[in-house]
Amino acid sequence: MSKTITNAIALTLLWIAAIVTVLVLGTVILYVFVNGIGQLSLEFIFTWPEGVAAEGGIWPTIVSTMYVTALAMVIVTPIAILAAVYLAEYAIQGRLVSTIRFAADSLASVPSIVMGLFGLALFVEAAGIGFSMLSAALALSFLMLPIVMRTTEEAIRSVPKYIRWGSYGLGATKWQVVSRSVLPASMPRIITGIILATGRAVGETAVVIYTMGQAINLPVSPLDSGRPMTVHLYLLAMEGINLPAAYGTALLLMILILAFNLGARYFLRRNRKV
Amino acid sequence: MSYRATPVPDDAPEKITVKGLEFYYGDFHALTDITVGIKEKAVTAFIGPSGCGKSTFLRCFNRMNDLIPGTRAEGTITLDGQDIYAVGVDPVDLRRRIGMIFQQPNPFPMSIYDNVAFGPRLQGVKKKPDLDGVVQTSLERANLWKETKDILSRNGLALSGGQQQRLCIARVLAVEPEVMLMDEPCSAIDPTSVQKIEDLMDELKDRITIVIVTHNMQQAARVSDFTAFFLQEHAGEAAVLVEYDRTANIFTSPKDRRTEDYITGRFG
Repeated sequence: MSKTITNAIALTLLWIAAIVTVLVLGTVILYVFVNGIGQLSLEFIFTWPEGVAAEGGIWPTIVSTMYVTALAMVIVTPIAILAAVYLAEYAIQGRLVSTIRFAADSLASVPSIVMGLFGLALFVEAAGIGFSMLSAALALSFLMLPIVMRTTEEAIRSVPKYIRWGSYGLGATKWQVVSRSVLPASMPRIITGIILATGRAVGETAVVIYTMGQAINLPVSPLDSGRPMTVHLYLLAMEGINLPAAYGTALLLMILILAFNLGARYFLRRNRKV
Repeated sequence: MSYRATPVPDDAPEKITVKGLEFYYGDFHALTDITVGIKEKAVTAFIGPSGCGKSTFLRCFNRMNDLIPGTRAEGTITLDGQDIYAVGVDPVDLRRRIGMIFQQPNPFPMSIYDNVAFGPRLQGVKKKPDLDGVVQTSLERANLWKETKDILSRNGLALSGGQQQRLCIARVLAVEPEVMLMDEPCSAIDPTSVQKIEDLMDELKDRITIVIVTHNMQQAARVSDFTAFFLQEHAGEAAVLVEYDRTANIFTSPKDRRTEDYITGRFG
């Protein structure tokens, strides 16, 4: 077979693979869009579900999702950043550090339903916090922690040595180098990691179904229970309560996550441009 | 080649004195038996082929090598008569007195103003008028004020390579160092900017001692009062200081055959 033909075949295969990938994604998005767009309205977003068939809107579930995500982010961010700074800058690189890193990677791959079970046992039951925003946020933070920690660590490591040297060269102490040069320089990537982890938390179902409860509440205190969008969607669809509203919720959820991902991209780009 | 018009007097005091320095990267013996005196308020150039240890030697002066694990220095280096490797000497304090410019211009990804104010802020200067003053003075001394006075809030990385290097010089000047170490400061920037930085060195040496590592012999001849030639004669061996003298002597009548071979371009 001539080289040109091999080349053409390879190129075609690559094209097909790329098109299939885009098609799958496109089909899913289109399907949810077509089925859900009829539901979307200000009323759907800003009113409560009513009656046995959950007619009306989904406002409390949106608030619950936002609430728990924000709370989880507040819990995760400081811990993850401090841990990453320690691992990247202070810990003596060796077996202990690689063990911690391996543990973090493993934590990231624990099935979320297991994490949910763990959250139920630890926070809801043992700690006596009950079904609440706090329990759910703590359980979610286990999922987010490794993501934020590892992206932060990578971000810190990718700061060029010239930046560090410049800082040391001006008479900065180690902590000053880290806090005033390295962290600011890696901040765009750290924030991107946080946003991506947040997007993951918004879409998470298994963890919150175990820990937040299902009551349709407008949460105020962190100890209030609630029902996030994902759980609402699950219940509406699985129990055949209101399929159109389920699609509407799904569409809204996808828009929300897309917004997070676009936000992350925008942030990274804006900072790269200088 | 042109040489310095106003020669540094022979009895000029030594700012940095190095005696019998041995330097190791782990098992690798990088420098051996280096003895040299760096004259105050003069420009001293370190020349030699790549890998001859001149940058390593430069980084001994502000103990930057301490940051590389496994390095070890023996012998003595004194700054104004005080051993900088003595127990109790804080390298952080030392680096405030001995500033450093790197091969790659390395502005921090922050505003021009914040770059220059970085060092003073490390030392606790907080008041805006004080910082404003230091920023302006330092940028003026680095001949960068005119170009940047209206764009101080712009990111330092938005400047051209040559401007970035002068920004780094301003950043170092802002901490009022007594010595400025320059590690091939011109090898990553355009020729016009090189000219500006060389002129700048000439102005700065009225007040500070400058040591520059360069692989460019013309540059060494243009900017320096004294020149030290380093050489690693065989791969794997420790580098030595072959010859150290006034720049004019090194380039016109070197005493060592190896120096002559190097400056006439026979190797390296």
